[in-house]
Amino acid sequence: MTQLSPATAARPDTASDPAASGSPIQFRGDAGKRRAPTVLGGGTAMIYLSLIVLIPLAAVVWRSAEKGPQGFLDAVTTPDAWAALKLTIVASVIVALINLALGTLIAWVLVRDQFPGKSIVDMLIDLPFALPTIVAGLVLLALYGPDSPLGADLAYKQVGVVVALLFVTLPFVVRTVQPVLLELDRDMEQAAASLGAGSFVIFRRIILPNLVPAMVSGTALAFTRSIAEFGSTVLISGNLPFKTQVAAVYIFGQIESDNTTGAAAVATVLLAVALVVLVLLDLLQRWGARRA
Amino acid sequence: MPEPTSTVAAPVVAPSQRTTEPAPITPGAAPTSRPRRSGTRYVLRLSALIYLTFLLVIPVGLILWRTFEDGFGPYWTAMTSPSALHALRVTVIVALWSVALNTVFGVGAAVLLVRHRFPGRRLFNALIDLPMAVSPVVVGLALILIYGRFAPAGSLLETVGIRVIFSLPGMVQATVFITLPLVVRAVAPVLEEMGVEQEQAARTLGAGPWQTFRRITLPGIRWALGYGIVLCLARALGEYGAVAVVSGRLVDQTQTMTLFVEERFQNFDQPAAFAAATTLALIAIISLLLTKLLRPKDSD
Repeated sequence: MTQLSPATAARPDTASDPAASGSPIQFRGDAGKRRAPTVLGGGTAMIYLSLIVLIPLAAVVWRSAEKGPQGFLDAVTTPDAWAALKLTIVASVIVALINLALGTLIAWVLVRDQFPGKSIVDMLIDLPFALPTIVAGLVLLALYGPDSPLGADLAYKQVGVVVALLFVTLPFVVRTVQPVLLELDRDMEQAAASLGAGSFVIFRRIILPNLVPAMVSGTALAFTRSIAEFGSTVLISGNLPFKTQVAAVYIFGQIESDNTTGAAAVATVLLAVALVVLVLLDLLQRWGARRA
Repeated sequence: MPEPTSTVAAPVVAPSQRTTEPAPITPGAAPTSRPRRSGTRYVLRLSALIYLTFLLVIPVGLILWRTFEDGFGPYWTAMTSPSALHALRVTVIVALWSVALNTVFGVGAAVLLVRHRFPGRRLFNALIDLPMAVSPVVVGLALILIYGRFAPAGSLLETVGIRVIFSLPGMVQATVFITLPLVVRAVAPVLEEMGVEQEQAARTLGAGPWQTFRRITLPGIRWALGYGIVLCLARALGEYGAVAVVSGRLVDQTQTMTLFVEERFQNFDQPAAFAAATTLALIAIISLLLTKLLRPKDSD
């Protein structure tokens, strides 16, 4: 998502783009012709974006602040809202960390290992993105529910929530680490090996530093997806307040019982957390890009 | 490329250490010569596969098996019930509207982002990704706060006879919100890579902007556009959270397939829930195969 910006940022100095070079005298006739559609198109796109995304989200934040800062705090710290937020954050951190480890492992296996059926496994990774979340929840409930063929009943338990979140966030780390691993120059590893480094040292000293940016961004994306998740947790969590109710499900319940202000307050917290994580990630990536 | 490195390195290192060196070059070749390395490799491979099996393969397989264990008949009966057919129709209508709107916006926004420079471009670029970080339930809440019966825009529209919440317009809008980034993000990189030379050549030869777009730009991005549309369609067909809030979940009125799955399951009608879930899962698998088919073409 963010990889677009460095590539596009490099373009303005290519003089081939009259809109970018912006010499008003030379291109006056042409620039006028070109700028009109830009303004018109830009305006339309911005209005569309505002109508669909910005105004509705602003309404949520606005509603949450309706009763002042104290009202906002009260709405967020009602026992059930607070429990839901806590569970969401804790479960998402756990899910993000498991993804960090196992996602990297899966990416490694998919790039560096060879075995029959690898391309099918590779394709399976995207399945959680393609599968509707409610189907994901149902599917997990079939295996880890009350009539589980494995005898592992995770329904209505916090572990069940974690499993559901693991399912829907599986692709993030794998799909961010995989391309980096694929592009990685093997020369350095061979040089290290020729100097007597063992495979663990090579991994820790040569490969890992190259993967860390991708691992971090994949983990952050998995975390933001996790705190927002609704559909997959609905069925398996059983929606028990104080126990398995995640923030999104709490918001849903508050909307149903017409407490939109309480819903908006918790929603604003979720938005703020996601925003902070994404901004931190962006800063980190820029800092990394400057260092490299 | 690896060959010269190994010949240079050969005199320096001891033979015992050299045995580990070719491993990354020819993975899978003669694993018996490197027992320690291939040991860890099998452990890694096995743990990855076990994790995926229990998280992904068995659950999805189990649903397919449960649906078809008594043959195709029960599946067909469940899927052709009036409620299921109605849900299917609502789903398709909502998805097609969302895809149409986001395709037009997606191509326009991608052209704007890649081909034009304007103040606020960075912000615009960042805002497009915003929907990915927003919970579907929050999307639904946002639309209710704007278009609900007691909200300003909602009551205004109600007086002209347009109902947004608990009806199709709201559901389309919710789905459009969720699927907004998909087409833009599929098209923009390809547009970037394509460059402007051909478009400029067309303009020099007297083609108008629309003609240039239709004859040069559109053919250049068609695979990426197809990829984006498939992603968008799959996501729209499977949207649950935002639609659950906005639709009011009225059976036989605003119920989509995903809502049908949930409602049937909660009412202990497992065969119907499983049948609908399987249908959605099959749609997801088909779209996955389609995207795999469309994606490699981008690099040509």
